Amino acid sequence: MSEHTDAAPTSIYGPVTDWATDIDHADPSYNPRAPEIWAELREQGCPIAHTDRYHGMWAPITAELVREVAYDTEHFTSRGVVVSTATIDAQAPIGGAPPITSDPPFHQLARRLLLPPFAPKKIEPWEPEIRLLCKQRLDDLGDITAGETVVDAAAQYAAHIPVNVIARMLGFPIEDDDLFRQFVHNTLEGVNREPEVRAASFRQLDAYIDAQIEDHRADRRDDLTTYLMEVELGGQKLSHEHVRGSIVLLLLAGIDTTWSAIGSAIWHLADHPDDRHRLVADHELLPTAIEELLRAYAPVTMARMVATDHDFHGCPMKTDEWVLLPFPAANRDPELFDRADEVVIDRLENRHAAFGLGIHRCLGSNLARLELTVAVDEFLQRFPEFELADPDAVRWSVGQIRGPRQLPIRIL
Amino acid sequence: MKVRVDAEKCQGHNRCYALAPELFDVDDYGQAVVIGDGTVTPDLEEKARLAVANCPEYAISIDDEARERG
Repeated sequence: MSEHTDAAPTSIYGPVTDWATDIDHADPSYNPRAPEIWAELREQGCPIAHTDRYHGMWAPITAELVREVAYDTEHFTSRGVVVSTATIDAQAPIGGAPPITSDPPFHQLARRLLLPPFAPKKIEPWEPEIRLLCKQRLDDLGDITAGETVVDAAAQYAAHIPVNVIARMLGFPIEDDDLFRQFVHNTLEGVNREPEVRAASFRQLDAYIDAQIEDHRADRRDDLTTYLMEVELGGQKLSHEHVRGSIVLLLLAGIDTTWSAIGSAIWHLADHPDDRHRLVADHELLPTAIEELLRAYAPVTMARMVATDHDFHGCPMKTDEWVLLPFPAANRDPELFDRADEVVIDRLENRHAAFGLGIHRCLGSNLARLELTVAVDEFLQRFPEFELADPDAVRWSVGQIRGPRQLPIRIL
Repeated sequence: MKVRVDAEKCQGHNRCYALAPELFDVDDYGQAVVIGDGTVTPDLEEKARLAVANCPEYAISIDDEARERG
């Protein structure tokens, strides 16, 4: 997939030399060793890292501070949730991708429209279809010779599962999945590209969704796109910008996030045969293990913008500066978790925040958890024994979503 | 022993419903609600404690008053 190999070799600002005073999550060296960077910051006694990059960005890394920012919608706005150098020009209160880009009080109204289709009892019935999809992707890997065959568990397996499910839910053509991954890539990994290139891709995304909306206008059916076009808020249908923005959110937010979680889980199990053997031998352990893998390899770092000048634990925060919300770092805070940097595959007490905290809790968390659980389950059932073909060949994503993008696995 | 869900704090993470479906249900919006009056039978006490310990929003609590009085 050529569109995934063009990540900038460095951040637009150049390489980071000091993570406490010049943190940059889009430096390509960040995601591969993020847990070590957080541990180093903790050892240095630096709970809030900073950089002048992106016109100013703060990065609290403790569970307590991440929670505080997530809960404080007065001092921090969700107008921008993906850090970039570009100016956020989407209009409040809707923002570019409601409700993730909306603040209270509008946020709750927009969110309540989307909660029912993603509630547990609406998501559970998707399990057989997700299972079938996983089995098909595994079949498509072709003939396997144990001890020889190497497959890319990220590009050939994990990357295909969430994109197919959300395309079906939205009623979009499944065969456009390469295009969807390209949109995701530009939005979330393309933060180091020239603003014009990025803007052009956003226009392409808007045009694609406009065409899908037109197609649905002519042919209404039982899917989320039709639902958004027909649902009413305060007695009125949603504006076109609201419908399109919510579709942008639904299409993009669930793809590389879940793909990253699946990839990280398989990466861990490839490198930790004891955990893998326990899971294969004890199927009942799977839900507990999935929560622990979500904790340790939470894929999503969100962001906020400073809403008003204020002092935050001694940090002079200025309006429109960025604040990273690294839930993955909070999940490895030794204040909250014993053996925080270890995967304890049967960890029972696990108050992790992989799906965020507060009013913006991941809308698709029930779907993501189901996809992750089924994808890991099916992979293990098909291939109980596997290993990293070459640990140095694993390539990680760039930016706020953390997970392996190339993951060569040798089937044993 | 009784479990309680603070509806103001619950954000629908669905951890309690997954861990202890005997004690918690979810509504059409994915928000947690206790089943019945939240009474926890002795065989479910451990599950109730796990639900409390796993809630990311600290929305679940255990009311031990009845037992303490008893």
